[in-house]
Amino acid sequence: MPVPHPERAVGWDRPADLEKDPATIPDAATTDVPAELRKTIEDAMERYPDRRSAAIPALHAAQEVHGWCSPEAIEQVAAVMQVTPAYLDSVASFYDMLENRPVGRHSVYVCTNISCSLRGADALLAAIGEAAAANSADFNVRSFECLGACDIAPMASVDGVYVGPLSIEDVPQLLDDARSGRPVLPDKQLATRLVADPKANSQEFPAHAVEEGSSR
Amino acid sequence: MTDTLLFKDIDEPGLNTLAVYEARGGYESLRRALKMTPSEVLAQLEASGLRGRGGAGFQMGKKVSFLPQGSMNKYLVCNADESEPGTFKDRELMQKNPHLLIEGIVIAAHAAGADRSFIYIRGEYELQADILEAALAEADEAGYLGERILGTEHSCTLVLHRGAGAYICGEETGLLDSLEGKRGNPRLKPPFPANQGLYQGPTLINNVETLSTVPAIVQMGGEQYAKLGVQTSTGTKLVSVSGHVQRPGNYEIELGVPSREIIYDLAGGPPPGSEIKCWFPGGSSSPVLTADDLDVPYDFDSMAKAGSMLGSGAIIVVDDATPIVELALKVAMFYRHESCGKCTPCREGTNWTVKMLQRIDSGEATPMDLDIMASVQDHIIGNCLCVLGDAMAMPIGSMIAKFRGEFEQHIEAARASAELTLAPVPDDERVLAQEAG
Repeated sequence: MPVPHPERAVGWDRPADLEKDPATIPDAATTDVPAELRKTIEDAMERYPDRRSAAIPALHAAQEVHGWCSPEAIEQVAAVMQVTPAYLDSVASFYDMLENRPVGRHSVYVCTNISCSLRGADALLAAIGEAAAANSADFNVRSFECLGACDIAPMASVDGVYVGPLSIEDVPQLLDDARSGRPVLPDKQLATRLVADPKANSQEFPAHAVEEGSSR
Repeated sequence: MTDTLLFKDIDEPGLNTLAVYEARGGYESLRRALKMTPSEVLAQLEASGLRGRGGAGFQMGKKVSFLPQGSMNKYLVCNADESEPGTFKDRELMQKNPHLLIEGIVIAAHAAGADRSFIYIRGEYELQADILEAALAEADEAGYLGERILGTEHSCTLVLHRGAGAYICGEETGLLDSLEGKRGNPRLKPPFPANQGLYQGPTLINNVETLSTVPAIVQMGGEQYAKLGVQTSTGTKLVSVSGHVQRPGNYEIELGVPSREIIYDLAGGPPPGSEIKCWFPGGSSSPVLTADDLDVPYDFDSMAKAGSMLGSGAIIVVDDATPIVELALKVAMFYRHESCGKCTPCREGTNWTVKMLQRIDSGEATPMDLDIMASVQDHIIGNCLCVLGDAMAMPIGSMIAKFRGEFEQHIEAARASAELTLAPVPDDERVLAQEAG
């Protein structure tokens, strides 16, 4: 049985074009970068003693604009940060949240690590994948390693919002909420959950407590 | 049982805002610490016996004391990558009480003489990062961060850095490389981060829970804190319980309570009708324990004596209906995916372990493969720059040792059913005809 290698970078097995010159640092003056993206990257660089520390935040911002870390996105970040595109490629290909290929608009990360899979995450992933298959431009459904929410297993992170515990019946609404931009499954969001420890709170507190007064 | 320190009224509405946090006496410990010299604060940390809550359990006071003296750029990095499977305690702390962490960081930075600090939070924690960012802005505004904090000589900036999804960035040197904007590959140690860490400067790295405990230590005094827990494992610990239990979630316990109390009394034990087959006491990289070990006290040394480790304090309970091969495969596949590929034993060892487990599952393995698999684990342990490979080898090795009978049964059963479904071998003439045509 062939073993899939999801972690390998796209194109690793294609021959290199030896005729081509290696890409150098793009000219900042002639590379067209959206003004807002440029500002985000420059702000990020300012926060660190070494500007290269901003690589991940910068690639993240570019991914927001372009949908994935496309050659064009990498070129723009490289121009602002004044590093080679190859350097940024090496970073982008390392991290799971930076996409190396075009993906659907809404990310649905389904945790399939131990605690979630003990509670049925594999069936959940299959159900979500099947339901979203017809709209691959809308959804980027993928299994993800432990998302750090085993208390709501099985769970998923939908555009960064943690929801769980999920059942197969929740799938249609989950996808529908994500596509229409509504809050995803509001009753199942992690943000509204109280701590499990019965000794923690000396009195009854309402759920949603965290949201109040936060700047979100 | 003691009162909760970190989880005290954690669901109080608006605790994530400065107003509520201050009304509860927040930042009082910082005021007190800033009146002390760095070495006095360090003495309190050492007296407390506080051991790192991220996994290794190294004494925090000792770690701080390893930083060189003198004026130079020193850094403090808070490890909020929390990627050990089964662990979700830091998430709850950062989401609900972000100022506690900020206060702890500023106090620890004062003790270490660091004037630049960073929080490396995993990219998936978007809600928690947003809340922390809002809290940072408030703390900055109120003068708890930045130049000359509260009118003293101590200055400390704090930057929130979001990762982008990589387990290895929870390893301290991998985290540092990632924070420097590179691939998160671990570094050779020594030099240790205390001497050459972030941007080659002396760096103190601690976990969220460790740093969040610092204000309590300053407030109650190190010696008083050391009275909690047991002798070599002082204080309280947040425990994340998940898997086959009825009430999964975070619990604050005093170190040294029997493990049974956590799994059964707090988390409700496995659902009715099922029994515990095995449990991970400290995240998926700790060797598994069985139902026979439920009375082991939950603290660093007792867990080590029982052949496992406390790790990050993440208990994953597995019930008797789960096939051990499936569990082992899940663990191995995770580490294969997350291996950064820098060291050969880990990169190849995780890959081969997955392949061998898949062979067992598909009926192609023989009982001899178990010994080969166990020997692969032995060759990983201690032979890499970091402990990611060990983190797979230890639980897989313990599963083979403790459930060998079940592995052998699985091998036999899978072989038997695979033979039944094997396609008939085509005779030579037909094969030749196909190749020709």
